[in-house]
Amino acid sequence: MLASLLQNLINALQWGSFYALIALGYTLVYGVLTLINFAHGDVFMVGAYIAFFVATFLLAAAGLPGWAALALTIPLTMLLTSLVGVSLERIAYRPLRRKGANRLYVVITALMCGLILEHANLALLGASRKAFPTLIDEQVYTLGGVSFTNLKIAVIVTAVLVFVLLHWIVTRTRVGMAMRAISCDKFAVPLMGIPIDTIIVATFALGSGMAGLAGLLFAMSYPILEPYMGALIGWKAFIAAVVGGIGDIRGAFLGGFLLGAVEIMVVAFFPSTFRDLIAFSVLMIILVWKPTGLFGVAKTTKI
Amino acid sequence: MVLRHYTVPILLAVAGGVLLYVAKEELVSLYVLSVLMFMGVNVILATSLNLVNGYMGEFSCGHAGFMCVGAYVASILGVLLFSGHKAFGAAWLPAELAVWGFPLLILAGGAAAALAGLLVAIPSYKTRGDYLAIITLAANYIIISLIENLDIIGGSRGFMGMKKIVNGMEEAVALPWMPLWVLAFTVFCVWLLRRYLSSTFGKGVTAISQDEVAAEIMSIDTNKIKTITFMLSSGLAGIAGGLFAFIVGYVNPGSFNILKSTEVLVMVYLGGMGSLSGSILAAILFTVLLEALRPLQIIKWVVIPLLLIIIMQFRPEGLMGNRELGDLFPRLKRFYRFK
Amino acid sequence: MQTLIQPHTIPVLEITGLTRQFGGLRAVSDFNVRLEANELVGLIGPNGAGKTTVFNLVSGFYQPSAGTIRIGGVSTAGLKPHRVTALGVARTFQNIRLWPDMTVLDNIRVAQHHRLGYGFFHGIARSSRYRAREAAIEREAYELLEVFQLTPFAADCPKNLPYGTQRKLEIARALSTKPQLLLLDEPAAGLNSADVHELIRLVRWIHGHFDVTIWMIEHHMDVMMELCQRIKVIDFGETIAEGTPETIRNHPAVISAYLGDETI
Repeated sequence: MLASLLQNLINALQWGSFYALIALGYTLVYGVLTLINFAHGDVFMVGAYIAFFVATFLLAAAGLPGWAALALTIPLTMLLTSLVGVSLERIAYRPLRRKGANRLYVVITALMCGLILEHANLALLGASRKAFPTLIDEQVYTLGGVSFTNLKIAVIVTAVLVFVLLHWIVTRTRVGMAMRAISCDKFAVPLMGIPIDTIIVATFALGSGMAGLAGLLFAMSYPILEPYMGALIGWKAFIAAVVGGIGDIRGAFLGGFLLGAVEIMVVAFFPSTFRDLIAFSVLMIILVWKPTGLFGVAKTTKI
Repeated sequence: MVLRHYTVPILLAVAGGVLLYVAKEELVSLYVLSVLMFMGVNVILATSLNLVNGYMGEFSCGHAGFMCVGAYVASILGVLLFSGHKAFGAAWLPAELAVWGFPLLILAGGAAAALAGLLVAIPSYKTRGDYLAIITLAANYIIISLIENLDIIGGSRGFMGMKKIVNGMEEAVALPWMPLWVLAFTVFCVWLLRRYLSSTFGKGVTAISQDEVAAEIMSIDTNKIKTITFMLSSGLAGIAGGLFAFIVGYVNPGSFNILKSTEVLVMVYLGGMGSLSGSILAAILFTVLLEALRPLQIIKWVVIPLLLIIIMQFRPEGLMGNRELGDLFPRLKRFYRFK
Repeated sequence: MQTLIQPHTIPVLEITGLTRQFGGLRAVSDFNVRLEANELVGLIGPNGAGKTTVFNLVSGFYQPSAGTIRIGGVSTAGLKPHRVTALGVARTFQNIRLWPDMTVLDNIRVAQHHRLGYGFFHGIARSSRYRAREAAIEREAYELLEVFQLTPFAADCPKNLPYGTQRKLEIARALSTKPQLLLLDEPAAGLNSADVHELIRLVRWIHGHFDVTIWMIEHHMDVMMELCQRIKVIDFGETIAEGTPETIRNHPAVISAYLGDETI
């Protein structure tokens, strides 16, 4: 009993790590721009494909050994995915923002960008699924009836590290301080001499980089890639970010793990078709109980 | 001009007559007819979502969920009453009665969807903005997931048998029933919204979107207005769902997923928040676009979003802004009146 | 003052022992007041003294931590703001809260929800009751706009009106709900001196023409001295002085609250 509980816990942590990594990107952009970047789930998908191409190229064409390929794939994937995210911001969101459009029009544009990424991928690469190459040998360890792999541990550790790093960036560095300043008052910030567009680009780069990392880790854990893989996981990660209290990175991190835990537990005790039903019901109850999420601060109306 | 009171009814009567004639004489193909019917369904969906997203200023992104409730309730009730089903046994009523029963089926679907709207309406008392958006999203997933897990109505395989009812109606009285009913319900829905929003009672909706605190303190029962508005919006989505089910003759939960909700969102924002005529225009354009680009196959879904992004760059407030046809062309007001 | 009032009349507003806490902060503590019909009373105090909190409590936006509020003898405990409005309390806001994109006429009309007399289905069916009530509300709205000289703006949106006109419209909107008690929260804030003079005239005129008790918060002392029959002074949520404008002007506690102790 205890062993199976621990086993589920490890699975939940790994599954939650993906949600957490993607939710962090959502929350970062939301915190700075109050923009729900609905294309983020598809940026994650693009990240997985970029990782696939980079890894395949490094293994086959450059003939590198697995560990070296992995060491190069991580930064390259993050960099290239960042570029995708930043291009979206430059091409689609920024002009609209400049025109002073209602923010929901930017949200719809983000939705459209997500659709384009999905279907352009489908059109270019076809419907066949891609099998991700093995970069490191998966080793299974068993400890008191609980089995885990080096990959699972790596995923969990990476998620935690990324969170710590991001928390440090947001609270301790100048860029992070500027981000927080923009989220408080985006009209005062340019007056203070902070280059608002640079900060926004940095935000998108950070968020998309993390999505790329998540894509790589996901592809290594579940080595089948298809164009729609980002849609559902993206929506769910967004919901996780909101349940945590959108705009707060602790909330996104916790929300991601919470959603992962709920889903794994549901699958452990119910037929797996009940996963979405129960997971979303739980999240809905949390939001009804705490209308601004777990970490969200209720905006008090001053009159 | 006293005549202007009759312009809209006359135009609609003519439209109905033409529709009747073309459909009966088979002057247009069934395909064109079905595109026209989808247009009607989309008009209902877009205008009813605009009530919440445009007029009340919330961001509901789970409209397809309510459509789903309407579609299933109308279909199941229809099959139960007029055609029989392997799980429910023989039909309870003779199939000819469907001619009369059909609008009631659709309305029953709408009523059920309105009740499902409470799923969003009640949290909206306390939860607002993007948090409420998530509740609508979750409601969409919950509804679909619930139906996927109900094996008695086919689960994720879907539910069918509605074609038989439509055929039964046409056998009993030889008229193109579906196009006529879609036209009637589309007009009914837009008319309902128009009347609601132009009454002082319904203008409370706009007041809530512009300043909820002032609305509550200046005499508006905001919870009541929110409940009515969400239920009306989801109820109309349910009507659209019922019509959709009978047009296609088959429903499965997958047709009401987030992608469908996204389509409706696009229509609303393309037309302009807070403009019913904008939503109608956008729904028609979007349906045409969807069909016109069908030959492109998968690339269609690259071209359409791209087109929409470009349109939004040039008209960041939607095609109509928050104005109605009469505001854009004040002279037109002399010729028609729609209230 | 209190002893002068006959005990058998029901006051328009009676507040006893009103306390409101926000976490550890006591924004209002043991506040008492009794307003009779047709009085014009002032509420002053330094910034953060809890004046607006008192108004928020009276209009039902906050619920009191302790104490009772009675409007015409009816307790407002547990009532939502729109129910309090129906009891006869209307207010304006420090920062104008009109509906900026609705026409001036609609701003007045929509504030009649508590006395619409019809609901959703009448509105859809356009029943005779609907038509009669809408006609009456529109007529009354136009009458009110006329006396406030706002008729030329009836079809404009408030966001396009000058600030002073917006203030006037907000007062008109509050009066349109037919209140027994009108709360004015800093009506002169942001007005230039010409507008302030017009405001004084307007408030005095309203007080004379409408059957309404007025309670106002204001920082412009000349406005208060000129208009109010009596003034209450609060600081840190507690009443520190009360009386005619003359008494308040020379009250030592008021002077020290506003200017600090002389020992500084």
